[in-house]
Amino acid sequence: MTCILETRSLNKEFGAVIAAKDLNVQINKGEVVGVIGSNGAGKTTFINMVTGYLKPTRGEILFNGKSIMGHSPRAITRAGMARSFQVAQLFPEMTVIDNLIVALAAAESARPSFLSPLRSDARIARAEEILKEFGVENYRDSLVTAVPQGARKLVDIAMALIGNPQMLLLDEPTSGVSVDEKTDLMDTVMNAVRQHGVTVLFVEHDMDVVERYVSRVLAFYSGEIIADGEPAAVLADQQVRDLVTGHRPTTKQGNGAS
Amino acid sequence: MRLDKTEISLGLIALACVLFGFVSPGWLIFLLTIALAKALVVQGVVMQMRSGLVSFGQGLFYCIGGYTVGMGGQFFGIHDAIAALSLGMFVAIVVAMLLGLLLTRYREIFFAMLSLAFSMILFGILVKSQELGSTDGFNVHDWTLFGWAPEAGAGSQHTVFTMTVVSGLIVAVLIHRYTKAGIGVICEAVRENEVRVEYLGLSPRWLLYGNYVAAAAVSALGGGLTALATGHVDPEMAYWTTSGEFVFIALLGGLGHVAAPFIAAIVFSFVRTYAIEFVPHTWQMILGFTLLAVIIFLPKGLWSLVSREKTGERA
Ligand SMILES: Nc1ncnc2c1ncn2[C@@H]1O[C@H](COP(=O)(O)OP(=O)(O)OP(=O)(O)O)[C@@H](O)[C@H]1O
Ligand SMILES: [Mg+2]
Repeated sequence: MTCILETRSLNKEFGAVIAAKDLNVQINKGEVVGVIGSNGAGKTTFINMVTGYLKPTRGEILFNGKSIMGHSPRAITRAGMARSFQVAQLFPEMTVIDNLIVALAAAESARPSFLSPLRSDARIARAEEILKEFGVENYRDSLVTAVPQGARKLVDIAMALIGNPQMLLLDEPTSGVSVDEKTDLMDTVMNAVRQHGVTVLFVEHDMDVVERYVSRVLAFYSGEIIADGEPAAVLADQQVRDLVTGHRPTTKQGNGAS
Repeated sequence: MRLDKTEISLGLIALACVLFGFVSPGWLIFLLTIALAKALVVQGVVMQMRSGLVSFGQGLFYCIGGYTVGMGGQFFGIHDAIAALSLGMFVAIVVAMLLGLLLTRYREIFFAMLSLAFSMILFGILVKSQELGSTDGFNVHDWTLFGWAPEAGAGSQHTVFTMTVVSGLIVAVLIHRYTKAGIGVICEAVRENEVRVEYLGLSPRWLLYGNYVAAAAVSALGGGLTALATGHVDPEMAYWTTSGEFVFIALLGGLGHVAAPFIAAIVFSFVRTYAIEFVPHTWQMILGFTLLAVIIFLPKGLWSLVSREKTGERA
């Protein structure tokens, strides 16, 4: 098994708050890793650091064996690591299909053309395929602000996948989506991801969703990783039950997503 | 090169303008020339507004375009109008490539104020330059077009008008394509969500940089044409009120269509001319109320009058 993402004693402090403490993580190619942890545990901070959005206070990040410390988010994206956001990051004054078309153009070249039209027939056709693949073809010409939360999340993830990343980091893909829709949404995402053969790490508050899709779980608590391993083992861990999942079997409804 | 509907309409309107130039009185020709030349500067402002940046210093490039034309003729023997205008654009591009390195680091009010600062620096330098006539500026040398010298007065005015219309058409078609091309749309995307653009693997800064430089070239062309039309340049071109006027016209027209700045500049020129003529001391107030009315009733600018009618027809 080859390691695709590795962090070595990664630390992040915001003043007195320690958002990441000596994080040592190795993610192997092809894994689907779930990240759990209560609010403020440092999950988003971890994603922000490995994608270049936040500068770690100390430590080392390796992507495909090469250091990506200090690289910009765009350099890291181009290197093959894409992400989605806890709150979908889209172009609010554009339609859903235009959002995808912009992503397609960006994937083709880092230097957009000055005169040839962005909305070429080829890109429109490809964007329509993607709309279907993600089951959001009904919203083709809607402004993204007029689209339900779940569809917005899907568009956000679709845009991340358009660049054909080797690794995809999803920050709470199902947050803000009703419990019944979560599985549909994740099925759609995981189907798309499998077709692309992408390594996935996703943050999730709902343990049922976690168990259903992942081969490995990282449990965060207060900036530290308190457990790392197979889902059954991690979720049965006493510390995880005390600090993260809150004795799930008796509270099947799970945590509120935020 | 296939032309779309907008481009054909623009071409026909330009043709009508050129023909109109043969029958219209001189004062009107002059007013339209200045209005259209200013509209080119405004196009530069609008290009940046689309990307979310408001330049309160576009007078910098207006002035660079004008002074390059003036100095080229007076000091370097460049009398050909096209060569002088091209040189003005070239100088503006070089300056923008330098300033852009700094300016594209800033957004919002910081960008606005910094762009203003640079134009005021140029203003200060020109005011201090005795050789360039200080606050009075200097006259533009008689110029030629492909070796042909239009007769002074009406003849040269008519020629500048035609050149301005043709430049306006070329720029309008290019900008129309530019706004629909990768860079144009993605500059709007930068305005809407810079973080997402970055995470698509693009550099918002370099996109804004390219846009800034392109806008400078367009604005300098407007400055050069103004210099040819008025036969005079002075430091006022770089003064902040001049830049404010360009922002004013940009808001008046709105970002809806490439034709909007032209319409707005013409409306602006008429309102100002008549206001000065009939109510000499209140024209600023009239312009103020005009802008107020536009912002309240037509927040997307005068162009929304045109596009509103269109949607009405379809419904
Ligand atoms: N930019 C910032 N400035 C200061 N403190 C921050 C910043 N970002 C995060 N923090 C703090 O770091 C800690 C970890 O935050 P983070 O957003 O990573 O948590 P999370 O696990 O993603 O939580 P959630 O489930 O609520 O999304 C929190 O205490 C938070 O307040
Ligand atoms: Mg988070």
